[in-house]
Amino acid sequence: MTENGWFQIALFFLLIVLIARPLGIYMADVFERRKTFLDPLLAPIERLLYRLTGVEADKEMRWTEYGIAMLLFSLVSMLVLYLIERVQTWLPWNPQHWPNVPAVLALNTAASFTANTNWQSYVPETTMSYLTQMAGLAYHNFTSAAVGMALAIAMVRGISRREQNTLGNFWVDATRAILWVLLPISIVFALALVSQGVVQNLRPYDTARLLESQKVVTQDSAGRSVTQTVATQTIAQGPVASQEAIKMLGTNGGGFFNTNSAHPFENPTPFSNLLEMLAIFAIAAGLTVTMGHMTHSPRHGWAVFAAMGILFFAGVTTAYWAEARGNPLMHGVAQQTSATQAGGNMEGKEVRFGIANSALFATVTTDASCGAVNGMHDSFTPLGGMVPMVNIMLGEIIFGGVGAGLYGMLIFVILSVFIAGLMVGRTPEYLGKKIEAYDVKMAMLYVLVFPLLILGFTAVTVLLPHLGLSSLANAGPHGLSEVLYAFTSAAGNNGSAFAGLNANTNYYNLTLAIVMLCGRFLMIVPMLAVAGNLARKKIAPASAGTFPVTTPLFTILLTGVIVIVGALTFFPALTLGPILEHLLMYAGKTF
Amino acid sequence: MAKSKNTHQRSLWDAQITQRALVDSLRKLSPWNMMKNPVMFVVEIGSVITSLLLVRDFRFHGVASRFDLQITLWLWFTVLFANFAEAMAEGRGKAQADALRRAKSETMANRLNEKGVIVQLPSSKLRSGDIVIVSAGEMIPGDGEIIDGVASVDESAITGESAPVIRESGGDRSAVTGGTRVLSDQIKIRITSNPGETFIDKMIALVEGAERQKTPNEIALNILLAGLTIIFLLAVVTLQPIAIYSHSPQTVFVLVSLLVCLIPTTIGGLLSAIGIAGMDRLVQHNVLAMSGRAVEAAGDVNTLLLDKTGTITFGNRQATEFLAAPGVSKDQLADAAQLSSLADETPEGRSIVVLAKETYGLRGRDLATMHAEFVPFSATTRMSGINVDGRTIRKGAAESIAAYLQASGGILADEVRADVEGIARSGGTPLVVAENNRALGVIHLKDIVKGGMRERFAQLRAMGIRTIMITGDNPLTAAAIAREAGVDDFLAEAKPKDKMDLIRREQAEGKLVAMTGDGTNDAPALAQADVGVAMNTGTQAAKEAGNMVDLDSNPTKLIEIVEIGKQLLMTRGALTTFSIANDVAKYFAIIPAMFAATFPVLAALNIMHLRTPQSAILSAVIFNALIIVALIPLALRGVKYRPMNAEVLLRNNLLLYGLGGIVLPFLGIKLIDMAITAMHLI
Repeated sequence: MTENGWFQIALFFLLIVLIARPLGIYMADVFERRKTFLDPLLAPIERLLYRLTGVEADKEMRWTEYGIAMLLFSLVSMLVLYLIERVQTWLPWNPQHWPNVPAVLALNTAASFTANTNWQSYVPETTMSYLTQMAGLAYHNFTSAAVGMALAIAMVRGISRREQNTLGNFWVDATRAILWVLLPISIVFALALVSQGVVQNLRPYDTARLLESQKVVTQDSAGRSVTQTVATQTIAQGPVASQEAIKMLGTNGGGFFNTNSAHPFENPTPFSNLLEMLAIFAIAAGLTVTMGHMTHSPRHGWAVFAAMGILFFAGVTTAYWAEARGNPLMHGVAQQTSATQAGGNMEGKEVRFGIANSALFATVTTDASCGAVNGMHDSFTPLGGMVPMVNIMLGEIIFGGVGAGLYGMLIFVILSVFIAGLMVGRTPEYLGKKIEAYDVKMAMLYVLVFPLLILGFTAVTVLLPHLGLSSLANAGPHGLSEVLYAFTSAAGNNGSAFAGLNANTNYYNLTLAIVMLCGRFLMIVPMLAVAGNLARKKIAPASAGTFPVTTPLFTILLTGVIVIVGALTFFPALTLGPILEHLLMYAGKTF
Repeated sequence: MAKSKNTHQRSLWDAQITQRALVDSLRKLSPWNMMKNPVMFVVEIGSVITSLLLVRDFRFHGVASRFDLQITLWLWFTVLFANFAEAMAEGRGKAQADALRRAKSETMANRLNEKGVIVQLPSSKLRSGDIVIVSAGEMIPGDGEIIDGVASVDESAITGESAPVIRESGGDRSAVTGGTRVLSDQIKIRITSNPGETFIDKMIALVEGAERQKTPNEIALNILLAGLTIIFLLAVVTLQPIAIYSHSPQTVFVLVSLLVCLIPTTIGGLLSAIGIAGMDRLVQHNVLAMSGRAVEAAGDVNTLLLDKTGTITFGNRQATEFLAAPGVSKDQLADAAQLSSLADETPEGRSIVVLAKETYGLRGRDLATMHAEFVPFSATTRMSGINVDGRTIRKGAAESIAAYLQASGGILADEVRADVEGIARSGGTPLVVAENNRALGVIHLKDIVKGGMRERFAQLRAMGIRTIMITGDNPLTAAAIAREAGVDDFLAEAKPKDKMDLIRREQAEGKLVAMTGDGTNDAPALAQADVGVAMNTGTQAAKEAGNMVDLDSNPTKLIEIVEIGKQLLMTRGALTTFSIANDVAKYFAIIPAMFAATFPVLAALNIMHLRTPQSAILSAVIFNALIIVALIPLALRGVKYRPMNAEVLLRNNLLLYGLGGIVLPFLGIKLIDMAITAMHLI
């Protein structure tokens, strides 16, 4: 670990703190339909959209209506993407003439992008046409993010409203999220990325002649070794910058290229790397401030932000420490930081990012349910690789996905208030609202779905030698980590992969699609039910006897509940995965 | 604040109760009973499964491992200990109920039939609406209302208060309770309850926990615990496939042990005991809650409405000072004042006599020997007084005396008027004394705030509870007393409707309101309030409207009721937190032990250095069972509660039960491991 590394990590977080407040207040204005500086430009577009679609902007929805609108919208969007994938070969902007995407893969991808997961079982630059990427995938990058934000706002309204039945209008919230927040920032951000060298074109792929031709030995179908001489390299092109911006900002994470943000056309410089990481956290961090403002308790917003911050630092510190320590089995290899050497475990990492920025990126992308990667988590040390996994297992609430992170965190807030709130001698109250049986039931349902998906599917999969285990590249605890990570990533709607698992099989494509959809929508329903129920309640005024939700003590409590609930659920599985692998590595055994 | 006189204190481990609880804990093993408690039901199923496996091992292998046997035994103990906790709480209630039942012994009632003829019949046959006659020495056969007569009644059977109380028809003292005894006179009572629904019946059902309904918060907590149980069930069930993948499959004994250690058995096992004990504590304070919901609501109260008279101040005003008019000596004034009050049997009148005696050495005089003529207070003159030895002494409100003086050509001196206004401004009541057309001066009557009230209200404020004083006084007087007593707000010149409006207003703001009342005109407000405590001396209407009855009829007890409610909720929260925090250590004991055989490197996680994998698992299971027993006293007594603000309370409790809950099992499991290793149990 180096001072410079720590400085960059600290700088990153400082910038997030600085962004959170103005962005959060701006978003509160947007969703409460107050005046913003973009109104002259966007208000006419908004009105036009509502007129075209017949949306009654002033019609408020109950939680059930809100949920149904959201589900229908997501379902239709998912079907459209599926259709585009299935017919892309006959559509324009397909210079490489990629064939139609196979049915199961197309389904997996459609589910993945609808659920804001962006798990990719395919290699984008050899599978998807430019049209599919732009009109199919990037569309979802915007809409799935907007859906998440709308839901978070609905939850916040549930908390802040007093004796009302409604949570707002889904169509209005989603539209405003795109027009006022996602689009403007994406445009500016895409231009900034172009300035760093991210490509933006619709050209066929380039072919470059290698300076030195390479001999590659492969095996043919009969198992004989075949030696080929490779003298050229195909360089994929495409409208990358525009998609890269929303990929980060909307915590989608689906790369334009297979190697995602490790690819020089997606993330060319350390500066673009910083911008991309900031984009991942920006909206989620801002939403905590939005929440504070909409509930008239800005300090509560910051207390939640602080809990996220603590968990973030715990993760990045562990990951940075584990990666900088290197691999104890690499005797005779210089792993010390020096002028010519990044130091630590550089396997699977880009030299232009080094240890600190790779560990930071891995933490950020898994804290938020982004899933973009600038290094391969599979190649991290066991403990370093455990950090991304644990981040997701805690529920994607350390800032989390845009919107999803906040509403997930608020469910944990409600549970924390309920568990510890009794200790102040009152029926637990959250910002003046009593937490009662119905709220606890729905919150527990929300919390239950997550381990059910992860542990349930992992357990089944490791018992299936042909369907499950044949996809593994590694045996032992590392193999377990690969399966565990895949279902964790899918359930948490993260989308990053512990490479090493060939997920492009019918079994994994189908199971992961189910997990992704359940991990998103099965959790949203009880969350909305809580929001709807809270909105109906009275608000008791705060007094000296009320449970404090604005203090450092609350932050510590919330952090503790998240860690304990998460740890208790996943500790056994983690023990047999990364922890065991770590201990065995130090005993000289690898997988 | 005086403790109620009759707190039925008994030692925690009363031998009789403990014995009965031991038997009951076995009886409670019935699955129908266990199903009510999802957490412990899971433990019971686990125990059954391991028992069946043990039987199988004996049959087919002729031997079962000592480890499996001990695990199974301790799993059963876990269930039994939880049942024991519940049985103990119920037993304490039952002991109380038995005492009550003695009062309920069958009595014969003299029922007045339609023709007005007295017919004897057993009290258990009485229906609501029947009219009975009860004479001195007889037991009142059922709850009812006196419709004719007045009697002194011994209510010690239900209140524990030995001094008899006066009950009379009409007004607010007309309710009588079955099982109490008439000491003098004869009364006619209209029975108001059907057999099995009398006050004593309710009380018995309540303290026995027979009709215990789960309270809203308890239901919510049960859902949380059931949810956690499902999560841990999931974690354990899915662990086996993962273990098989890792080439170290586990025995059912080990998996069940892990499950039972992880699910929140501590709080799950003690939850109903906490609830029953909370009700019991209330009964010990001589308060009957009609539902557990009311007790919980008491903990949540935001606003306390307290009647000024009798609650904040002593029931009556007392003379504190004599202010003589110019040219009149204080002795003269005191003498006249005392004379005028000698026949005045009101507390105010007596206090004037006492003040004159204590301050000016004037002894009481015997009216009979003085040939005095006492002039009682009348609504028309609004004065009282005495005519003696040619002296005409009158006392009354300033305006009445002024009118009286004016009629005989006198006037009220400006100085006297100034004194009158001064007293009124300070919240006191001025009484002007006049003799033979001349005002002698003013008596300062003052409401005396009970000792310690100011501190009490400060504590309530620290707990976040606002106190509002309700009084019929004018705003000026009310403000002065409110200031002196330290209440947060007051409602002056309050009529029953104003009280009702105030409650509604507070509730509309989302606050919970508690109040006490005894009169029939209090009934609507008692019903509207979230916690309505009716005084036992009050009317039947008031008792039915409220959701609690204070047998001591002590309005200040509301404050204790709030504390008991808070203590109940805190005990639940503390043990829930403790229970969940415990799991951390149990994981560190069990997980490395499970896989140590296949992966010796996992010994690194055995941070307690437990001797063997088997001793580690057994120690965790034993700890998990014993902690339930260890916490029974806490569950029955409730966690300590001192009024303080929520932030400090939360911090203290989090440190004690959260951090303590993480640390304690590390020590406990280590000690048990050392013990069972030393005893060669493994």
